[in-house]
Amino acid sequence: MAKPQLKHDPTEVRLLNIARPDAAAWTGPARDAAVKRVQEMRLPARRDEYWKYTRPDTLVDYQAPAAALFHNDEGRLFDGIDRLTIVFVDGVFDAERSDDLEMAGVRIDRLAEPADIHWAAETYGSLEAAGHYVPRALAALNTAFASDGVLIHVTGKTERPINLVYEHASETSDAMLHHVVKLDAGAEVTLLENGPAAARLNMVMEVDVADGAAFHHVRAQGRDHERRAVTHIFARLGTESVFKSFTLTVNGRLTRNECVVDLTGDNAVAHVAGACVGDGDFHHDDTVFVTHDAVDCESRQVFKKVLRNGAVGVFQGKILVKEGAQKTDGYQISQSLLLDDDSQFLAKPELEIYADDVACSHGSTSGAIDETALFYLRSRGVSRDEATDLLTLAFLAEAVDEIEAEALRADMLARLENWLKRRR
Amino acid sequence: MLEIKNLHASLEEEDKAILKGVDLTVEAGKVHAIMGPNGSGKSTLSYVLSGKDGYEVTDGTATLEGEDILDMEPEERAAAGLFLAFQYPVEIPGVGNMTFLRTAVNAQRKARGEEEMSATEFLKVVRARARTLNIDAEMLKRPVNVGFSGGEKKRNEILQMAMLEPKMCILDETDSGLDVDAMKLVADGVNALRAEGRGFLVITHYQRLLDHIKPDVVHIMADGRIVKSGGPELALEVENNGYADILAEVA
Ligand SMILES: Nc1ncnc2c1ncn2[C@@H]1O[C@H](COP(=O)(O)OP(=O)(O)O)[C@@H](O)[C@H]1O
Ligand SMILES: [Mg+2]
Repeated sequence: MAKPQLKHDPTEVRLLNIARPDAAAWTGPARDAAVKRVQEMRLPARRDEYWKYTRPDTLVDYQAPAAALFHNDEGRLFDGIDRLTIVFVDGVFDAERSDDLEMAGVRIDRLAEPADIHWAAETYGSLEAAGHYVPRALAALNTAFASDGVLIHVTGKTERPINLVYEHASETSDAMLHHVVKLDAGAEVTLLENGPAAARLNMVMEVDVADGAAFHHVRAQGRDHERRAVTHIFARLGTESVFKSFTLTVNGRLTRNECVVDLTGDNAVAHVAGACVGDGDFHHDDTVFVTHDAVDCESRQVFKKVLRNGAVGVFQGKILVKEGAQKTDGYQISQSLLLDDDSQFLAKPELEIYADDVACSHGSTSGAIDETALFYLRSRGVSRDEATDLLTLAFLAEAVDEIEAEALRADMLARLENWLKRRR
Repeated sequence: MLEIKNLHASLEEEDKAILKGVDLTVEAGKVHAIMGPNGSGKSTLSYVLSGKDGYEVTDGTATLEGEDILDMEPEERAAAGLFLAFQYPVEIPGVGNMTFLRTAVNAQRKARGEEEMSATEFLKVVRARARTLNIDAEMLKRPVNVGFSGGEKKRNEILQMAMLEPKMCILDETDSGLDVDAMKLVADGVNALRAEGRGFLVITHYQRLLDHIKPDVVHIMADGRIVKSGGPELALEVENNGYADILAEVA
């Protein structure tokens, strides 16, 4: 790898120090176009308004900062669920430990395979390219240089969830994964993701949800304390389609999760939710951008953050209602529970509305544990710590409740409960 | 059972004295009632005894079975056998009533070095006790006190008391806001718990509750002190003549 040219700006340095993977020819044009987007938009810098609360430098830098591995004694997540598992270790596909990529109602390919995947050629990079109401150059960088990922074409109702497992094995790994999910009309799939993935992960997922299709997504970003991640989800929703995504973040030095959803067909529903808990050196940023561009659509954003010992939480959420997107029902709530005075929650909720017949509401709160409730519990004999945990879990449960499947909800709550117990 | 001597307490924030020398002893097996005008310090007494933040004890002592409780954390007082039925029970969104009850029962058992109650045993006991208080399965499932009516909240307090089996029960205006039927349920719940080794301190405004829960001793509290004590007839006197006569007499 060439030495960085320090005189150049970070975008040039990064582009000089990254190599295009040995990729299938069909991705070529999309990758070329993405490089151009990066050059035009420039990678994020500290002065950028969109990065006001989160420092992008370690995500942009040509080298990933090292991240110690975390030995997880909790057992694998989703183990109680019958699922198709696909394993990546530091961003590299592990065929041995993955299931056969065969399941009724779906076709799964890998981005790193040379096969010509026609449907993906149309989608790969196109939802990302369409998602730049605000520059998201790290996503374009991903389209240009992603080394692997899965291409999931859902043609029917899949009977089992697909589980992408991301293991972190090297302290210096720098992974770039790009997934494309295309759901045909009426198709349904549940996608599960879990694990820290790498010392640094840059992940993009493009999800094209056709009319009447339903996409359910639950992910848990791994427990490694030092890992960093920037992720982007770009979703396009057709008429009467459903998109529901939930993210659990427990630990991690730096996480920026962007979710860009375009409601382009009437009566579509999009729910984006997240629960995160951080203690100490923890910075977590949820940046959501929902665009209503059709009639009678519903969108919901529900984000909860529990912060302690100087942890920082960020929420930037926008609902854009375009002209003509009448009868829009838009909702957004972001809340933090600060367990001490050192922690910080920074929120920037935004509404931009160009239609007149809409119901949009948003709220953001930041608070400490409810002392009255705490005393009530303690007066019944529950210790201060246990009472605090009960109230904290109750706070987080409102985000976890956004998950439809009971078993998945229970899994997420159990993880949070364990975190609370361990950290005490 | 509960022995309060010369208890003085003020508000931490305002440095305002509320309790100005309370003396009171509740013997095991007895029911004591406290009556008194609004603002006389009855709720403050119950909070200071159960360890709520915001009050400073400036003088005096309070012991439960000879043990100083004022230095204990609220949860330690509970484990030692003290229970307060709140005048305003607290709503806790997101925490199921059943989870709350089981957590409390087991936390106290653990603190006392006893074995935890199994889930099945707990369920059996809670169902039986809930039934006598007319608390249905739905109410047990709902978040603690959220969306409960005034009467439901008070019955829920009595259910907690029944499950925790405390030695010393303080009831702060458990009768306020109850209709006649609910009052009967609550009184029956309390009477069912009356026992040799258990003391009660019933704070109330009305004679009504005391018709159902017959007190052994009635105290009148005014301006942070017990100004008069007597038998059940004292409650009747208050009911008929108000506090003015009594206060004038002791002034
Ligand atoms: N937290 C508080 N802040 C301000 N004033 C208080 C507080 N707690 C009690 N007080 C005051 O103390 C006095 C006694 O109140 P309280 O104990 O509630 O009386 P009671 O229960 O007998 O009606 C009242 O004057 C009340 O306003
Ligand atoms: Mg009162």
